[in-house]
Amino acid sequence: MMSPLALLRQRRNPGRIGFSDVLAYIYLAVGVFLMFGPVVWLVLSSFKTRSNLDEFPPTFLPLAQQSVAVKGYDSKLPLYNVTMPDGSKRVLAQVRRIGVISQLVDPAAPQTIIKVNMDKRTALRHLGLDWHNYEHPLRHFNFGRYLWNSVFVTVVATLVTLLINSMAAYALSIHEFRGKNFFLVAVIATLMVPITIILVPVFVVVNEIGLDNSLWAVILPGAATPTGVFLLRQYMLTMPRELIEAARMDKASEWQIYARIVMPLALPALAVLTIFSVMWRWNEFLWPLVVLSKSETYTLQIGLNAFQGDLQTQWNYLLAMTVVALIPIALVFVFLQRFITSGIANTGMK
Amino acid sequence: MTTAPASNLLARLGRFIAELPGAPMALVERVIGTSRMAYVFILPNILFFGLFVFLPIGIDIYYSFTGGTALFPSQRPGVGGLQYHYLADCKNFYDPSSCREDYFWRGMWTSLKFTLIQVSVMVLVSLATALVLNMKIRARGFFRAVYFFPVLLSPVVVALVWKWILQPQGLLNAAIVGMGGQPILFLADAGWAMFWAIFVSVWAHTGFYTLILLAGLQAIPRDIYEAADMDGTRPLRQLVRLTLPLLWPNLLVVLVLVTIRGVQTFDEVFALTGGGPGTATMMIVQYIYTTAFASQVPDYGLAAAASVVLGLLLLVLTLTQLWLTRRRGAT
Amino acid sequence: MKISVQRGLFGAAFVAALAGSSALAQAATTLHMMWYSDGNEGTVVAAQIKDFEAKNPGIKVVLDQVPYKSIQTALPVQLAAGQGPDIARVTDLGGLAKYMLDLRPLLPDAAQWDANYGPFLNWMRLPGDKTSIHGYMTQLTITGPFVNKTLFEQAKVAMPGAKATWPQWAAAIKKVAAAEKVPYPIAADRSGHRVFGMILSQGAKVFDAKGNPAVVDAGFKAGAKMIYDWHQQGLMSKALWGAVSGATYQGANTQFANGQVVMYESGSWQISQFAKTVGTAFDWVAVPTPCGPANCSGMPGGAAVVAFKSTKHPKSVAKLLDYLASPAVISAYYGKTLSVPGNLGVAKAGVKYVGASPAAAAALKVFGDEVATLAPVAYELQGYSKNKIIFDAVISRLCEAIVGQSTLDQAYARITSDIAHQIAAANGK
Repeated sequence: MMSPLALLRQRRNPGRIGFSDVLAYIYLAVGVFLMFGPVVWLVLSSFKTRSNLDEFPPTFLPLAQQSVAVKGYDSKLPLYNVTMPDGSKRVLAQVRRIGVISQLVDPAAPQTIIKVNMDKRTALRHLGLDWHNYEHPLRHFNFGRYLWNSVFVTVVATLVTLLINSMAAYALSIHEFRGKNFFLVAVIATLMVPITIILVPVFVVVNEIGLDNSLWAVILPGAATPTGVFLLRQYMLTMPRELIEAARMDKASEWQIYARIVMPLALPALAVLTIFSVMWRWNEFLWPLVVLSKSETYTLQIGLNAFQGDLQTQWNYLLAMTVVALIPIALVFVFLQRFITSGIANTGMK
Repeated sequence: MTTAPASNLLARLGRFIAELPGAPMALVERVIGTSRMAYVFILPNILFFGLFVFLPIGIDIYYSFTGGTALFPSQRPGVGGLQYHYLADCKNFYDPSSCREDYFWRGMWTSLKFTLIQVSVMVLVSLATALVLNMKIRARGFFRAVYFFPVLLSPVVVALVWKWILQPQGLLNAAIVGMGGQPILFLADAGWAMFWAIFVSVWAHTGFYTLILLAGLQAIPRDIYEAADMDGTRPLRQLVRLTLPLLWPNLLVVLVLVTIRGVQTFDEVFALTGGGPGTATMMIVQYIYTTAFASQVPDYGLAAAASVVLGLLLLVLTLTQLWLTRRRGAT
Repeated sequence: MKISVQRGLFGAAFVAALAGSSALAQAATTLHMMWYSDGNEGTVVAAQIKDFEAKNPGIKVVLDQVPYKSIQTALPVQLAAGQGPDIARVTDLGGLAKYMLDLRPLLPDAAQWDANYGPFLNWMRLPGDKTSIHGYMTQLTITGPFVNKTLFEQAKVAMPGAKATWPQWAAAIKKVAAAEKVPYPIAADRSGHRVFGMILSQGAKVFDAKGNPAVVDAGFKAGAKMIYDWHQQGLMSKALWGAVSGATYQGANTQFANGQVVMYESGSWQISQFAKTVGTAFDWVAVPTPCGPANCSGMPGGAAVVAFKSTKHPKSVAKLLDYLASPAVISAYYGKTLSVPGNLGVAKAGVKYVGASPAAAAALKVFGDEVATLAPVAYELQGYSKNKIIFDAVISRLCEAIVGQSTLDQAYARITSDIAHQIAAANGK
């Protein structure tokens, strides 16, 4: 626990870079490495060819076999670094391999075949991004449709969530009424129910309402969120009551108070909930998988996971499509990162 | 602020939507009176909760007293408490292997173990990070965002990313081999698998809790520390005596949330370890999911009974923690 | 007002649903076909469906390509609710049989189906049903081992011959692995089919005289013990089967493609990907399933395209399936997807594999020939409608014994009771 010490020492000696600051920066540097590293690795891997992906030890960068056109051969031949019997090293093109013996030629003098044991040669490779991993799935799948469905679900669900959660939060923070505690406990209770364990009954309910196979079946069940209600309520509790009292004196209707005074003041909290809701909806997988059975209604997460088969997973495509689905999240992150951190910090959550 | 246009747009959009129902709502208010308007405001949310959470819970409870394989409750024959009897059918309650539903008990135990360790690690890491981020450091906004970044990823992606690193042929083993070591089968060893399950879930969520704690830290008035410095209070003592008590409300929120999420943990760990090796990382929610979905004959009744038991457990946990809240006098 | 908010939302949902269905209604008939792919199957079948649509202008077919997880978890719930697609490519043939549509009365030439798909139609039927035609096989999978021939050559160990036993192979592989420092001497997919592909040769009978499951017998124990011992001796690595729990699948194709496996017990579906991932790195061959005291049998299995009762257009469904299952079309399908044919006529005539490397073509032939050596019990197990219960129980419990969580005897007892409990639950307790 060096960091709290660091915190306090730093306060006492402002402007001086001490031992504690160094430790703090090391902590942060490790953090950056740990938090970003895995995702960078995922992105790099998504550009690898299938055999490059399977390799062990893995190569850091996506590599492709270098090949060369040799006179007398119809197709290009792969190039290898070869250790010759006399210990010298040469770059040769492989014609064929029979058993453990590799037959190679010098591209400059393709007449003579040189035979070496296969473990005396290593493939010569260069950096090569395999765009095919992206191109093939995007071309063969109804990508535009999936994207539109995902965007529709995300946007509409977020708007519904913002509206009904803020209304509930308004009631639970500004008003005093009978049964308020009951409602609060009810909201807490929903926090405790993981969707996985009520998946089947929710499916039955959605089916009975007749929402099955429509995007509304994905949008509506998760629209009321306990996290959202709490986040907004906590924020609204900190608002100055005088403003609301003054508005009531002016005979403003409750809806006007909510829409014109409370909502604008709650903007930072609403922004945070927006970010969360977009993230939840965009990433949702299991529920859409169960409730949507026709590809007109598939969201990106379902469509892009079609590369997971029964007996095989086409990893190169799966990784590439995972990266594609990450792009919007990455954009949210890049453009709204200040908003996220300052917003949540300001929200208080206490 | 760079975010001004974004918030402007949001504000305009929000205002437009918010003004639409103004007139009818005013009418309603005139009819039922201002004091009852709270119910109108809370109604949509409660309706959604009712339809998509409470009604399904009710159906689940009903399921737990029925048998067969039919999906619709009306087609399922009642079996009384048979499903609960199956769950509790143990020869020796200290040994899950002696139970009829040994996976249920193993899952419960694993979830409990996972939650206990994960809560402590998560709170410590989040606290340490929050304390560091509260220092006067350069690029503070950037670093805060860095820790928050994994929170945005879906559980499926989180598991995929780490599986890609931890598999026998993965990056980490390549590094170990590169340094002359023997590859370690991280996901095939019970201890390691649990370690990584906890590590990955801390990795994915610590950013969120860090921000909650950071908010608390920033609300602590600086002059308190100055006074303490004057008195010559030592840093560690300041932390224990000043910071932690003042941070208590936020810590409690974090504790409650991490506990609930810990017991609910499923998709990340399931996608990462598949519950293995053996049943070493098989959580209770995985048992419920497998029973209802992944077996050839879906046993909704048994899964529902297990869900009800889990629900009761969560209720007890949360009530205990809420009781703690009251006792400490925090809101 | 509260009501109008709700009605607004549901009204909008209703309008959206209507809009969706009216758009579909414009084409005379629209069929939905849910499809998962291990490789290029989706692309191949999509092209064949285009041809069908060109010949049948009144029918439009939507190919819903999904992750396998969707077929495994979502489809059964959707079918139970009377929802779901008209047609799907599935692997749990017996389990979903109760939702399947009998095509026999709708087919112009049912005799052609009986002749070509005869032995496999039974896999898609409920017990007692002897006549229904529910669909056709998109591939027959045969379990069997792949061997890294180059490793044998480098170690200068002779590869055991055609009728070699499992212990003979194990002994040879041990030598190769020691000489070449191979981390996974023998690897196998973590799947019930593969386990039984190794165990059946030891004399497991699986069913009693009445046809009810009686999995744990002397033959089963001998086979299970063999696999267990290999894990304890390090011939098989605990890293593969130990890494997940329950009935979760875990392959070793990556390790094989990296030359880290001497013998990989998997099946015919790996061929097309090995042709790509192994390339010219080493020579790989498929060999016939090694023998045991009882037989030299692997396990058959496969995926089928089946029609569901819930469809509103049974005639069009039958038309589509009859087209896709017709000898010329299905033969082209097998050829382009490098699948072992699940059609007797096509198998006899031989499939022209498109773009198969010599190694792939040779391997396909080995698996094709394996069909003849399958033991009757292998067909019986594959045709048993609740076989997944058996597979899941065996793989989960055997693996728990292998990683040391229980003993083999405890695992045997659990396998028996797991199967009994789940079959009881399936029959409504």
